[in-house]
Amino acid sequence: MTPTLQIFLIVSAALFCVGLLAALSRRHAIFILIGIEMMLAAANLNFIAFWRFSPEPHQPTGVMVAIFSIAIAAAEAAVGLALVISVYRHYRTTNVDQFDQLKG
Amino acid sequence: MSWITINLWLIPAVPVAISLGILSLAKSRRKSAAGLAVIGQVIALVLSIAAFLETLQAPGFRAVQNFTWFTFGDTELRIGWVLDPLAAAMLVMIALVGLCIFIFSVGYMADDKNFTRFFAYLSFFSGAMLGVVIANSLLLLFVFWELVGLASYLLIGFWIGRPSAAAAAKKAFITTRIGDMGFFLGILWLYHSSGTLLFYDDGNGCLESAGLAMLGASATFIALLIFCGAIGKSGQFPLHVWLPDAMEGPTPVSALIHAATMVAAGVFLVARVYPLFSFGAIHGVTPSLTVVVWIGVTTALMAALIAIAQADIKRILAYSTVSQLGLMMVSLGVGGVAAGIMHLLAHGFFKALLFLGAGSVIHGCHHEQDIRKMGGLRRLMPVTFLTYAVGMMALSGVPLFFSGGWTKEEILHSTAHWPKSHVPHYLLLAGVVLTALYMTRQIIYVFFGKSRAAFEHAHESPSVMTTPLVVLALCAIVFSVVLTPAWPWLHGYLGGEPAQFDITRLIQPMFFVSLMLVAAGIGIGVLLYHRAGVQDRNRPAETDPLEYMQPGLFRFLENKMWLDELYDRTVIAFAAISARVSDWMDRYVWDGLVRALGSLGQLFGIFTRDVDERGINAGVDETMTGTRGLGRVISSWHSGQIQTYLGVVAIGMLALLLLYAWLV
Amino acid sequence: MSAAFVIISILTLAAALAAATLRKLMHAALSFAVAFVGLAAFFFLLGAEFVGLVQIFVYIGAVAVLIVFTILLTRRDVEKDRGFNWSGVVVTIAVFGGLIWAIVKTQSLSVSAPEMPVLTVKHIGEVLMTGYVWPLLCVGLLLTAALIGALILVMEEKR
Repeated sequence: MTPTLQIFLIVSAALFCVGLLAALSRRHAIFILIGIEMMLAAANLNFIAFWRFSPEPHQPTGVMVAIFSIAIAAAEAAVGLALVISVYRHYRTTNVDQFDQLKG
Repeated sequence: MSWITINLWLIPAVPVAISLGILSLAKSRRKSAAGLAVIGQVIALVLSIAAFLETLQAPGFRAVQNFTWFTFGDTELRIGWVLDPLAAAMLVMIALVGLCIFIFSVGYMADDKNFTRFFAYLSFFSGAMLGVVIANSLLLLFVFWELVGLASYLLIGFWIGRPSAAAAAKKAFITTRIGDMGFFLGILWLYHSSGTLLFYDDGNGCLESAGLAMLGASATFIALLIFCGAIGKSGQFPLHVWLPDAMEGPTPVSALIHAATMVAAGVFLVARVYPLFSFGAIHGVTPSLTVVVWIGVTTALMAALIAIAQADIKRILAYSTVSQLGLMMVSLGVGGVAAGIMHLLAHGFFKALLFLGAGSVIHGCHHEQDIRKMGGLRRLMPVTFLTYAVGMMALSGVPLFFSGGWTKEEILHSTAHWPKSHVPHYLLLAGVVLTALYMTRQIIYVFFGKSRAAFEHAHESPSVMTTPLVVLALCAIVFSVVLTPAWPWLHGYLGGEPAQFDITRLIQPMFFVSLMLVAAGIGIGVLLYHRAGVQDRNRPAETDPLEYMQPGLFRFLENKMWLDELYDRTVIAFAAISARVSDWMDRYVWDGLVRALGSLGQLFGIFTRDVDERGINAGVDETMTGTRGLGRVISSWHSGQIQTYLGVVAIGMLALLLLYAWLV
Repeated sequence: MSAAFVIISILTLAAALAAATLRKLMHAALSFAVAFVGLAAFFFLLGAEFVGLVQIFVYIGAVAVLIVFTILLTRRDVEKDRGFNWSGVVVTIAVFGGLIWAIVKTQSLSVSAPEMPVLTVKHIGEVLMTGYVWPLLCVGLLLTAALIGALILVMEEKR
């Protein structure tokens, strides 16, 4: 038996916040990416949950969105990681506190 | 209105226009300059003769042409010209004498570098003088009067390299200016009282009965004020001091201006505004006329006395002019207007002749002017001698053939019958003797005896110079034809009555009296001076016989009665002191005031600057610093830390969420 | 509440927390993968099986592996991550609180799942090629661009 929509939303919110935590509180650049991916996944969950509990579930709208969202997330992860590697090459470090060229 | 009366203005206009034309010529074009000037003068002469003929139509002819010069508000200023016997006679005399002098100048100024400028100035003067004569408005007359004064100044100071000439020109101008001040005040008063400055204006002119009636008692004062101008211009005492100094100018200038014409302008003025002087006359005597007589007689006697002791050939003639002008004033004052004008005309001819003769002598003696260094020129310069002798006899008053004699006799006759006093008459009799005396002295010194000159090459002047002399001499003689009492044509012409020929009038008591006086004068002169310049008993050769006899008196007369020095101590000293006082005032008082005001402005400037620096600048600076500080603070928020940005984004998102939730 | 749901949710959240807080990078990356497994289970629970499977393929099979590779490539004899930013925790708690409040407050969300026919892959395929063909093409293009972009970013500069 599936629980109510609210429960799902609470779970997805929790997942989102964990992702936010990862993005905000770790010093390593990769963790920011991990956090972002988690946030995206939580959003996907949200979509699917809403689709499931919507009055017309035979329209696979939520599913479509989730599929595309995953695809895009993958692309974005690839590019983001490429960025991290490139930045690592330049700065020889992955500590985001040291990426402060935009300071001022 | 005939052509000439309408176009009378051409007579002064042509010489003035020609003078401007000459000024535009180059210095090298001497012949053109002289030619133009002479042509201009000839035109003026022809027109003057035409005007003269016009006036012969009827006795008491007067033609007037007035027009409005400009209007201001409701009043118009009208000027115009008048043609009457007085004007016509003066026109002819001035034009003719002027022409002779112009021709003479061609020879006299031949060596001068500024030949063309001379003729320009001469032409200008001629035009201005002719303008004085024909003016029908007192204002127009004053304008030309001043122009004549200007021309005189330019011509006296013609040799600009000479400081004495410049000083003399300045003296002439300033002295005549003092007289002109009175003249101008008279004009203003007249305009204020009568509302018009025109002499003759169909009954409304200021010299006509309606105008005069408006003046009433002020006519005397106006007349006296106008007479001030005449005193200045005609060299009457006390403003005579400029005339002898004016001899610094070239001799033709002396001849034209200071013998024949300009100085005559004062006499002419008195004759012109005579109705003002004679308004309310009782037996032909008014207070203003009395003043004229006394000043004239003083001048006549004083100048004649000074002339006896002068050594410069031109100074003697200058003082002689002053004396004769005094004589003319006396004549006008006692009521003999026609007689005075006749003497003026005759004087114009023979004084010009004398001056030109003196010029010829100076030229021949290589610019020597001291008569004590001349002598025996009778043989070396015959034409000059003969014409000079004619002039001398005319001036002395030798009767019969020489015009001066007749006119002088007329004047003596008039003064004899003056109801106020007989003193002028006796003084003038003395003056006649003195005139003959000093002229005889001069002619003996210059032309007779042995040559005392340091030079040997005195020569007769070229014909361009001697011809005018001859012409003027002839005029002096021929003029007497119309002057004789036997046929007082000129007297009648000027006085406005017809004249008949009557030979009996020739024989009058005054005729014999004057004849005796002249003879006495010449006799004394010959006696005193026939051995002048030569050692005679104990007197050294260079000493003047009179000086030997009365050294103190002689020195007094020789130094012009110390009048110049008196003026120097009083008037000029006063002027100098007031100038110094004014300078002090200007330098310390007014300047100080201005500087104080300036420093006020400066203070204000300092104050403003302080406000600007401390107040405004500081405020602006503070604002700028604050803004910079604020900017620094805000920019410090950009730490460049991605996580910080992300955190802020999350907070922002939360805020939005809550906002939506709250709204919805 | 079904027991499965509870277990899956606890697993997922624990793994996610571990991924966020573990010190060692490798451990964090692996727990990250476990979290996605849990997420896929959620999808299965919700009847979107296809999405769950795609999730496993892409996220665990590609993204997690990428992350592991990147960690390996950017090591500098440091396997641990130093420093922990506590202000992030505050922000997170605040956001979480706000979200929960918003969810709980909304009454319309306490619905139960309606009946629905099983969503077949065939159906998804049909919809993808008809209604969603344009997004599909765009995503394809996007992936190509991402691929090229990542390559360019990582390419070594030619001397």
